[in-house]
Amino acid sequence: MRKLCDTLRTAMEKAGLQNGMTISFHHHLRNGDYVLNMVLETAAQMGLRDLTVNASSVFDCHAPLVDHIQNGVVTGLEANYISSAVGRAVSEGVLAKPVIFRSHGTRPSDILSGRSHIDVAFVAAPTSDPMGNCSGKYGPSACGSLGYAFADAQRADKVIVVTDNLVDYPLTDASITEDFVDFVVKVDAIGDPRGIVSGTTRMPKDPIALKIADYAAQAIDASGLLRDGFSFQTGAGGASLAVADYVKRMMLERKIQGSFALGGITGYMVDMLEAGCFKAIQDVQCFDLRAVQSIRENPNHMEITAAQYASPTAKSTAASNLDVVVLGATQIDTDFNVNVHTDSNGYIIGGSGGHTDVAEEAKLTVIVAPLSRARMSIVVDKVLTVSTPGKSVDLLVTQYGIAVNPARPELAEALKAARLPVKDIQELRQMAVAINGPAVPRLQLTDRVVGQVLGRDSRVQDVIYAVK
Amino acid sequence: MEIKHGAMAGTLESSDIMVTILPNPDGIQIDLTSSVEQYYGDSIRATMHRTLEALGVSSARIEAVDHGALDCTIQARLTTAVRRASREEVAK
Repeated sequence: MRKLCDTLRTAMEKAGLQNGMTISFHHHLRNGDYVLNMVLETAAQMGLRDLTVNASSVFDCHAPLVDHIQNGVVTGLEANYISSAVGRAVSEGVLAKPVIFRSHGTRPSDILSGRSHIDVAFVAAPTSDPMGNCSGKYGPSACGSLGYAFADAQRADKVIVVTDNLVDYPLTDASITEDFVDFVVKVDAIGDPRGIVSGTTRMPKDPIALKIADYAAQAIDASGLLRDGFSFQTGAGGASLAVADYVKRMMLERKIQGSFALGGITGYMVDMLEAGCFKAIQDVQCFDLRAVQSIRENPNHMEITAAQYASPTAKSTAASNLDVVVLGATQIDTDFNVNVHTDSNGYIIGGSGGHTDVAEEAKLTVIVAPLSRARMSIVVDKVLTVSTPGKSVDLLVTQYGIAVNPARPELAEALKAARLPVKDIQELRQMAVAINGPAVPRLQLTDRVVGQVLGRDSRVQDVIYAVK
Repeated sequence: MEIKHGAMAGTLESSDIMVTILPNPDGIQIDLTSSVEQYYGDSIRATMHRTLEALGVSSARIEAVDHGALDCTIQARLTTAVRRASREEVAK
């Protein structure tokens, strides 16, 4: 059987793509992805309309999506994260139907259960053979893990692999295998390597970030979880990365042999693996070149699927085995609810990603955030959007002190015993107001819903309103 | 203080405010662009009016681009801009 198609259009025609269908994408090529735009451009040329795009994440490079929404090619959008370019248009009401936001764990859960149906899945594959055995580890557009694409490939009615590096059959180290793939298309480039992975992950020098990281690392230590068998996830952003540095130093000093590091993976996690801090890395997405190289070369650096990462309906997941996660927040309220979807003006600027999943699953969930960013208090009375419910959050670490969720009194005692600056979250809120001055909010949103944020039970957890 | 010529203070960095001050024939005119307009717009304008009054400035046009400066920063940048604008020689 011949799967290789001469053009993307041929593959889309053979797949039977029709008006009103749902097409899916994964975001491992991040802000360098060409495939989503390429497919929508082709769909527009084919005269298709009323498509729903289900993408694990939408980045600023996908701004042409807004045009396809305006001209009716796309009328539905589902994603786990939407950055500001498309987010702004959604907040301003470009779509008639609300966007559906899921988390990285709930998306594969809904796909695999059949709750979220995909007609045609597009797999952006940095290397593939003509039968669709494909991998993210090799090729000029290498991105490492293909974790988010597995559920799509497993359950979509038709699967099209789009690659810019076609190799002879069989690709021996394939991630997604030919038994799931219908068609293969070779294109000139699936992405811009400069946008796919960053060259290096930089450790922050900002003294506030370092102070927050220092407190966070001490709090993790005080929790008693930093011992042999320790498992850890942290983000790639400023303070989160610095926490990893402090944790690494403690682990090496005390010869602590951890179990695994999880998540989106940076070179810094690779350093910890190679230094012997962890036995393994479970990787759903690579953030930089060092992570891509490591997943290709180090057998202890394993690729995991999004379901295996954090699906709430899986029998067990890497997340459900996790000790400690360090996460960020754009807002956190005095009930510890976290917002990572909208900015203080109500515009969509992100989404849960894995935030909601790992926060619920980990034994200790640490939110690191400065008390304020550019005069906007991060600690607020009520978040604009509940991305992660407060019951999933254990600690908020700021440069002015650490707030412990009242549901964890034993944790508060442990931190106090370690002489850490434990403060009531109301006290942190008041400090923020004292520094920034009392705000007189004039923010007015409409009553039109432009986004539904689904919780881990796949039910609507919160809604996002259009801006005025 | 008298505003003799145009002057500037501040930067476009986060948590700072860039203030440009110009002579104005009659009264105080403030044009503010702020990332926190929805929360602090009125407060920033009030701070500027208070600061100008304390410096004895009764006529000036202010163009301010704010990226979330605290009150103390707003006062400091505006005061510096006023002092620069009231010097005899034009700053090079």
